[in-house]
Amino acid sequence: MTDSLSIFQRLRRTPYQAVASVFMMFITLFVMGLFLLLVTSTSSLVSYFESKPQLTVFFSNEKDKTSIDKLVNKLMTTGKISSTKYVSKEEALNIYREQNKDDPLLLEMVTADILPASLDISATAPQYLNEIYQMVKGEEGVDDIVFQKEVVDTIISWATTVRRIGLIFILLLILSTFFILLTSIGMKIAMKKEEIEVLKLVGATNWYIKKPFVYEGIFYGFIGATLAWLFCTFIIYYLKPYATSFLKGVGTLSLFSYQGISIDVWPPNTMLILIIWFILLCSGLSIGLIGSLFASSRYLKE
Amino acid sequence: MILFESVTKKYGPRITAVNEVNFKVGDGEFIFLIGPSGAGKTTVLRLLNREIMPTVGSVFIDDWEVNKLPKSKLPYLRRKVGFIFQDFKLLPDRTVGENIGVALEILNRSRQEINKRIGEVLDIVHLEDKLNYFPRQLSLGEQQRVAIGRAIAGNTSVILADEPTGNLDPKTSWEILKIINDINKEGKTVIMASHNVDIVNSMKKRVIVMKKGKIIKDEKRSRYL
Repeated sequence: MTDSLSIFQRLRRTPYQAVASVFMMFITLFVMGLFLLLVTSTSSLVSYFESKPQLTVFFSNEKDKTSIDKLVNKLMTTGKISSTKYVSKEEALNIYREQNKDDPLLLEMVTADILPASLDISATAPQYLNEIYQMVKGEEGVDDIVFQKEVVDTIISWATTVRRIGLIFILLLILSTFFILLTSIGMKIAMKKEEIEVLKLVGATNWYIKKPFVYEGIFYGFIGATLAWLFCTFIIYYLKPYATSFLKGVGTLSLFSYQGISIDVWPPNTMLILIIWFILLCSGLSIGLIGSLFASSRYLKE
Repeated sequence: MILFESVTKKYGPRITAVNEVNFKVGDGEFIFLIGPSGAGKTTVLRLLNREIMPTVGSVFIDDWEVNKLPKSKLPYLRRKVGFIFQDFKLLPDRTVGENIGVALEILNRSRQEINKRIGEVLDIVHLEDKLNYFPRQLSLGEQQRVAIGRAIAGNTSVILADEPTGNLDPKTSWEILKIINDINKEGKTVIMASHNVDIVNSMKKRVIVMKKGKIIKDEKRSRYL
């Protein structure tokens, strides 16, 4: 109750309440950590795809370079194209080799002949994409057109879903944690009712009486956040090999980069791990602080 | 200076615990409040540290009108007024030193100052060798001495004692009274509610006699019976 008793002594006297509070805090922050990772990953992935050419046109073997150049000129006259990049069969093979350099079996089976030449097209504005698509579709020797917008739209769609479900889930968990903290601290205050009365009679301020409970809430937040961070870090490194094969060909996905300091979502760097720890810690401490302040104010009516 | 001006305290419409009480206590005085159970002695003490509010009238301690103090100032009033209870009201899971230290911790004193003052207070209440004992390991008299220690440890200028010898045998009661008397000699004002006629008579201090909530006698160097 008083400063002469350490927080550990106080926790030792009510271990089950302490464990319940820390566990709830951990679950909430762990889910929050996973949600954070998902949101940042999907956002980075969306940005990545948005930065790529919006249309990729694959040509049949019959289509020669001259007719492709004609197509490019025709497209450029519309004024709706910002850039184009021709990828020959040989270049496509090089890209393929680079992407599959760790898998010799796949390299052996592929030659430049079986890879199509392609043209990456970027529009000056997304609303022109459909028009360009229609123009290119009617051309002879066009095998396939990959519309990056569809990929981006799909990612955005499930990113939005993840965000919504995650937010609702986290709000519910924060609410549960808040109530568990409220009950746990409320019970402690009830148990110490006489002691609190004595402290008031000897001239203790309300803050002096509240302080140990608030410290306790903050302590729960700290432990919960640290455990959640450790588990999140474990999950990141555990899933990394699986994600590597899934994100093959995708380069570095940076969330933020300034003067040599960057937060990379993929491959996850130390800065990302530290930022997650910082966010979880701030969240844990805030939930602990607000929850315990609310509980102590409610139960220690001034 | 303590002043009661036409103070009445009612509990509901029928029970009048204190009725039109007027008295004044000078700095450094020692006063016995005596009377049968239900006379209003404890109510007077509780009005002084604002555990309860008067229904009518005003209570003053120095420049403070106790009943008009904002709640935020209440802790400061109680740091000025040390209370010794009949049932001691010690913190059971704190040692003797920690119980006394509470009164200093709330004043934000440094650990070094607190330890020094605890040592001084233990000397005054003759518990030098009981620093690390818990209340349950002490006799009733020793527990009351810890409570006295807590009451005087801070900046108290007034000591209110509600039947401090009520639970004690005669010999221990005298020891406690001697300590309280010594505290008074150092300049602290003492108001002590008591049933113990022998003590009241032998101390020859000012006695306020209460009956049914009213003061029926207020005499200096009085013999009650």
